[in-house]
Amino acid sequence: MRYEAPTTTKEAVSLIAKAKGKSFVLAGGTDLLVKLKSGAVEPDLIVDIKRIEATQSIKKTANGFRIGAAVPGVAMGKSSALKKSWPGVVEAANLIGSDQIQGRCTIVGNLCNASPAADSVPALVAAGAKAVVVGPKGRRTVAVEKIPTGPGKTSLAKGEIIEAITLPKRPAKTGDAYLRFIPRSEMDIAVVSAGVCLTLNGKGKVTKARVVLGAVAPTVVVVPEAAAAIIGTSLDDEALAAMAHACEKACKPIDDMRGTIEFRTDVAGVLARRAAGIAYQRAGGK
Amino acid sequence: MSGVHVSTTVNGDDAEFVCHPGESLLDVLRDRLGLTGAKEGCGTGDCGACSVTLDGQLVCSCLVLGAEAEGRKITTVEGLADGDKLHPLQQQFIDKAALQCGICTPGFLVAAKALLDENPSPTEEEIRFALAGNLCRCTGYDKIVRAVDAAAKDVKKQKARVKAKRK
Ligand SMILES: Cc1cc2nc3c(=O)[nH]c(=O)nc-3n(C[C@H](O)[C@H](O)[C@H](O)COP(=O)(O)OP(=O)(O)OC[C@H]3O[C@@H](n4cnc5c(N)ncnc54)[C@H](O)[C@@H]3O)c2cc1C
Ligand code: FES
Ligand code: FES
Repeated sequence: MRYEAPTTTKEAVSLIAKAKGKSFVLAGGTDLLVKLKSGAVEPDLIVDIKRIEATQSIKKTANGFRIGAAVPGVAMGKSSALKKSWPGVVEAANLIGSDQIQGRCTIVGNLCNASPAADSVPALVAAGAKAVVVGPKGRRTVAVEKIPTGPGKTSLAKGEIIEAITLPKRPAKTGDAYLRFIPRSEMDIAVVSAGVCLTLNGKGKVTKARVVLGAVAPTVVVVPEAAAAIIGTSLDDEALAAMAHACEKACKPIDDMRGTIEFRTDVAGVLARRAAGIAYQRAGGK
Repeated sequence: MSGVHVSTTVNGDDAEFVCHPGESLLDVLRDRLGLTGAKEGCGTGDCGACSVTLDGQLVCSCLVLGAEAEGRKITTVEGLADGDKLHPLQQQFIDKAALQCGICTPGFLVAAKALLDENPSPTEEEIRFALAGNLCRCTGYDKIVRAVDAAAKDVKKQKARVKAKRK
């Protein structure tokens, strides 16, 4: 096994593209190094991206925000501009693990590890985040929900790495929120989760909505029917009930020791309702 | 397997070592540098017994590669005391009997130090959340939380004394 810590994205891409055998990008290592230790992965090459300048900072841009792929959760929590614009995204990222894990874990690692229960992913998808992918054939920008294709699987081609995540400028009267259910108050994996982003008009009616569920299917699930159920409403009980019902219908969860199919399906609707309520308030609704 | 040559700083001193590319910082600290304060409880980021700071950031050293330490600054529990004088956290852990077997203690001390550096007056809830990544199987958390709370007050008094002396 080889360890490399290049200083440019180009170098990182070419190291992986040229490497024989299995190569892995190392961001915070809180998934990769656990797998390395257990023997679940046997890399021939590890490319640490934390010395690449383009991955290291959170930047406010003309179009919104650019979060470098090596930025740890703790740094997102310290960015007041990011927190003000996208509180749901930051809260979701900050739910990952303990303070020790926060010092290392990245949202890109969370996305590329492709766990159905990844906490930051539903919030990123709800907020309309995009991944900046760099590969041997150049750069492309792709919606975050297009990256995970199943548990542990992504759509990234060999040699492709994500350099950053971008978030749009928050539109006026827009709010986002993320909630997860875990049996403890800290340090656990989401049994079900929901991310919601809403935009309101001057009268407090929802004009745009994104409702996204986590841990209820092999990948994150965008539920347009749930969004449609609340668009044009002020989140009255009837609209919320219709939204929760649409969420339940979109669930294809597994049955395991952490939650039954029935429980996960029911709680998905409950969490979406509560997250929508928080997002509505953050958007300035009353 | 080729070794990686690493130059780093541990508790303020220059340190150099050669390690395997997949070797954890925890193994390097314990087996190559002889700093056995950090412990391996789980090796998977769950227990916090291996806590150290890397460029001031609290991390689990079992989930850091030794090779990543190049040019960085590492602090371990061995760097907490000032010569023979224990850090207030260490003194309060003794005074308040906040340890039994002691396996978890170095991790709690390093994590609590990181908390107090960021937040000199944490509430009980803040202490509990900040230490959620550290597990203890024998003492129980109450004594630990009380020791950290008392140490926070000691650190503040210490700082006030130093300030008064300077005036
Ligand atoms: C104790 C503990 C608690 C945890 N708690 C939670 C939790 O509450 N919620 C949660 O969602 N997760 C949790 N996790 C899982 C993990 O911390 C997160 O998934 C984290 O976000 C992973 O980020 P990382 O930077 O450490 O990823 P890494 O381990 O560095 O990488 C993960 C995967 O993504 C790939 N990758 C990383 N960066 C890139 C890139 N730029 N381009 C292409 N591929 C890349 C890697 O090759 C690897 O396959 C926990 C883990 C531990 C050990
Ligand atoms: S040994 Fe590192 S967290 Fe348990
Ligand atoms: S004192 Fe034994 S594990 Fe904490």
